[in-house]
Amino acid sequence: MNRIGDALVYLNDPFNWSRAGGILDLLAEHLRISVLAVLAAMLVALPAGVLLGHTGRGGAFTVALSNVSRAVPTLALLTIFAVTPIGFGPTATTIALGVFAVPPILTNTYVGFRGVDRDVVEAARGMGLSGPQVAMRVELPLAAPLLMTGVRTAAVQVVATATLAALVAGGGLGSIITLGFRQQDYGAVVAGAILVAVLAVLTELLLVAVSWVLTPGEKRLPFLRARRATAVPEPTSAGVPL
Amino acid sequence: MRTVLSAASAEVLAVDAAPNPWFDPSYVTSNWDTIVGYLGEHVRLTVAAVVLGALIALPLALLARRSGWLAGPVLGLSTLIYTIPSLAMFAFVAPITGITATTVLIGLVLYSLVILVRNFLAGLQAVPADVREAARGMGYGPVRLFWQVELPLALPAFMAGIRVATVSTVALVTVGVIVGHGGLGQLITGGFAANFYRAQIVTGAVGCVLLALLADLLLAGAERLLTPWARGTRA
Repeated sequence: MNRIGDALVYLNDPFNWSRAGGILDLLAEHLRISVLAVLAAMLVALPAGVLLGHTGRGGAFTVALSNVSRAVPTLALLTIFAVTPIGFGPTATTIALGVFAVPPILTNTYVGFRGVDRDVVEAARGMGLSGPQVAMRVELPLAAPLLMTGVRTAAVQVVATATLAALVAGGGLGSIITLGFRQQDYGAVVAGAILVAVLAVLTELLLVAVSWVLTPGEKRLPFLRARRATAVPEPTSAGVPL
Repeated sequence: MRTVLSAASAEVLAVDAAPNPWFDPSYVTSNWDTIVGYLGEHVRLTVAAVVLGALIALPLALLARRSGWLAGPVLGLSTLIYTIPSLAMFAFVAPITGITATTVLIGLVLYSLVILVRNFLAGLQAVPADVREAARGMGYGPVRLFWQVELPLALPAFMAGIRVATVSTVALVTVGVIVGHGGLGQLITGGFAANFYRAQIVTGAVGCVLLALLADLLLAGAERLLTPWARGTRA
């Protein structure tokens, strides 16, 4: 309980927020790394997922990729990119996190496109739509919820994982935790943990809201949907908690 | 990096110029005991986390299925825990249990618990109501109903959950380096700290991946043994 008090004291000190290398600086760096990593992953994974899903090829590949990616520790990838000629720092962190964000987006896009009712696709073809038109005007809107799930999973995972970058001098909010451990300052450790956890949960909530706005079709309020309370088994493609 | 070193003595320069291969068999052979020690810790933490997680998740899933109002909070809470970054989780636990393997274990149990509750509940909910009804009509009590009817039917979902939980736990153990109990993760950060010694880093990383794949294979084999009736239908 005392640690929580120490943490609140730490968080309540304006100097800890505003000084150079303080919480605000680290938060900005954390967000910059995360946004860049997710955007880069989307740039790679969305077209690939659309193409694979539309043609129906490479299913085994995407499943294998998402399964193997689960087995690779993020810490390992972060470290390995840091010891390449790129050197440790925000660049290596961004690349490593981007690599990790690809499988959830790719798999969910693929599954979303494959899950579109074949009759609907047939009907669209019969109406004279070309292949790309079918993909963009028929399959994409129907696959949108899963596609957004993929992006959300990836984004939350990246925001959470960016914390680990601090273990290999990669920057971000995790530095508060690692520095606290090194200085035996558990108040700072808990304060850093609170910040990181709140940021991850906020990201999740924000993206649930965004995907609710962006998803076409009948809308149900996003946070009420969970009340149906049927368990969705953890899919192999979804994010690893990190 | 290089500019800093060039300001230092010539000896440091020589170290910097030394070959730093990505993999070195002689590193593995000459540090075999250390590697096996960390591997043992990695395996112990993983097995303990998944077993404890399963032991807690099963009653939770059974309770959540029994009373509908409990299912929502259980699933909501599990999603919340799943969102919390692992480093933050260990940081929350560390002030209570200190710099020990217990800290890592508690964090790992929480994550595996979350994955397992969802899969266990999904497996139980997928048991057809008719089948349970029929079993009850034949005079099965709740315990026999669970052991002889529901468990066999839900076993594929249970095993899928255990496999996912095991593989992600193997990967997560590495984050335990923050309190000095990260299993093979110790090699990764150790190599990073030892002047970016690549052979050590890669040995740790590859070891983790191989361990995860091996565990997954073993569990897949166990699943096959446990569900002999499913063998004919599987491709």
